[in-house]
Amino acid sequence: MTVTETPKRERAASGTASSSSSFRALATAMFKGFVRDKATLFFTLPFPLMFLVIFGLIFGDQGASRIEVGVVGDGPVIAALERSEAVELKPIENAATAEEQVRAGDIPAYVTQDGGNVTLRFAASDRTRASTVQGIVSGVVNQANIAATGQAPRFTLDAGQVEDESLQPIQYLAPGILSWAVSIAAVFGSALTVVNWRKKQVLRRLRLAPVRPVTVLGSRVVVSLGVALLQFVVFVAVALLPAFGLRLSGQWWLAIPLLLLGTLAFFSIGMLVGAFCKTEEAASGAANLITLPMAFLSGAFFPIDAIPAWLQTVSNIFPMRHLNDGMLDVMVRGQGAEALALPVLVLVGFTVVVGLLAAKVFRWED
Amino acid sequence: MSPPSALAVSDIRMSYGDVRAVDGVSFEVFQGEFFGILGPNGAGKTTALEIAEGLRKPDAGSVSLFGESPWPRNISLLPRMGVQLQASAFFEKLTAREQLETFGALYGVTSARAGEMLELVGLTDKAGTPEAKLSGGQRQRLSIACALVHDPDIVFLDEPTAALDPQARRNLWDVLREIQARGKTIVYTTHYLDEAEILCDRVAIMDEGRILAMDTPARLVRDLDAATHVILENGALPHEQARALPGAEDVVDNGVSLTISTHTPAPLLSALAERGTLDGLQVRTATLEDVFLELTGREYRA
Repeated sequence: MTVTETPKRERAASGTASSSSSFRALATAMFKGFVRDKATLFFTLPFPLMFLVIFGLIFGDQGASRIEVGVVGDGPVIAALERSEAVELKPIENAATAEEQVRAGDIPAYVTQDGGNVTLRFAASDRTRASTVQGIVSGVVNQANIAATGQAPRFTLDAGQVEDESLQPIQYLAPGILSWAVSIAAVFGSALTVVNWRKKQVLRRLRLAPVRPVTVLGSRVVVSLGVALLQFVVFVAVALLPAFGLRLSGQWWLAIPLLLLGTLAFFSIGMLVGAFCKTEEAASGAANLITLPMAFLSGAFFPIDAIPAWLQTVSNIFPMRHLNDGMLDVMVRGQGAEALALPVLVLVGFTVVVGLLAAKVFRWED
Repeated sequence: MSPPSALAVSDIRMSYGDVRAVDGVSFEVFQGEFFGILGPNGAGKTTALEIAEGLRKPDAGSVSLFGESPWPRNISLLPRMGVQLQASAFFEKLTAREQLETFGALYGVTSARAGEMLELVGLTDKAGTPEAKLSGGQRQRLSIACALVHDPDIVFLDEPTAALDPQARRNLWDVLREIQARGKTIVYTTHYLDEAEILCDRVAIMDEGRILAMDTPARLVRDLDAATHVILENGALPHEQARALPGAEDVVDNGVSLTISTHTPAPLLSALAERGTLDGLQVRTATLEDVFLELTGREYRA
């Protein structure tokens, strides 16, 4: 053991370690820890991407979601029905077989045309689809009737969707699942770091080093923000692939600062969870209990209008709801910075309130 | 004249509910001294150490570390102290060298220092090994290296040799001696009395939150005035003849060996030498365990 003593002048400098060198060292250590932990990496990138693919497949293929209706025989009404492209027609050789299939629930209804007589038989057990089919078929029959009179229709209906053609499911799925992914990484990341460091006495070790708490906190925040940026890049790149077909609107890049604010809000939730939980298991459970319902109620997996109005009101307390709204506005609805005013205000407010609460209940040791 | 004081603890008290973990403890540690706090588990050693480090505020009493109070968190004092914590206080997924570099950076020391510390604790060939893949003894040595990376003046070690195998313990003793040779003040706790006797300049024996005795190990043992045990092979000497030896006080034959107790070993040993009955001779003097027994009236159990 022939180790030379550290010169005293180096010692003098050691007491005044600059915050930036501590900051850099801690952030580097945590980033290395993140990159080298395969489980964390998996839950940060491939796992949410898997959901993007699954939901993309479920909601994505609009053709397959058209209702299939059995047809027996042929006639002008059936031809018109086919032209309308409102339903998928499945030719069946006779009425008896068709009726059997309706009873079995294979198809919701079937149509036959015998001269001027159009027959529609449906399964009342499948009321929603039956009434949809009934509406479509009677509309086609009415149009055929008007056409047969040779008169111009007195009233015409011009129907069209308000969203531009590109608002396919991927358009809301990509921002939604991205914000869910960011929430997982930030909530779990901060909660588990706090619990793990407290349990393993790393917090105590840091308390005994001449480093300010804000430096420690800041370095962890920076790592979370970096991870969120990485998630944004990977998610958008994957969603832009032709297979998914995301189309970004004008000022899509405004989503980046919003996403970072969202990350801070999620981080503060994680700090609060970390303050209360003693073990990593408890922290994981609590983080799941918060992120998953929040994602469902914030429209991360399906459009928010799919849930009851009162739940939509309730969901306003979630930062993810506002993050989603803002990201949809700038990424796919073609809106500008003015659409972000409310989300930014809510996210900053949420972070400050929850962050102060977390600081209040923070414990260095068990 | 004694060297200047590094740490002075006076009459500290700390209770957890009804339990008096530390009940009026005072001691002083001089610069360059290797000071041990001994006692069984639950004696209050760790709490006393944590108060001295400034991690806990005592209910009463005061601590002076290089003339300053370590509580509340005294940032100017922190670079002068090194604290070894339990062997898990590491960052996740970092190698031995990276752990040292990260902790070093918190004190503004250069990364070259990490290499020196690895050499000091004999882990140079494990520099690139993830901390989680080190053995218990290696991890313990790494944690001591992390406590020393900023070249502190005083080092606090809490049970550094607990749960180590005998070989790993010996390796660690070498490291501790080397640290002392560099002029550091060491304050450490242990429940191995034999180890403390070998390593420490001075020890405090603690039990139930109080210090029962404090002195150099040799003086504690001498003051005990305990009998020396001279042990011979069974059958080397008839029982009656053993009793008749000069200074012999008590003779016990357990079927394997013959143990003669005496307070005057010199005449007894020369008498044995004259008879040429020194086969398998062992001389056992009192140890700190005997001191503990004397002080507490009960057998020492770590």
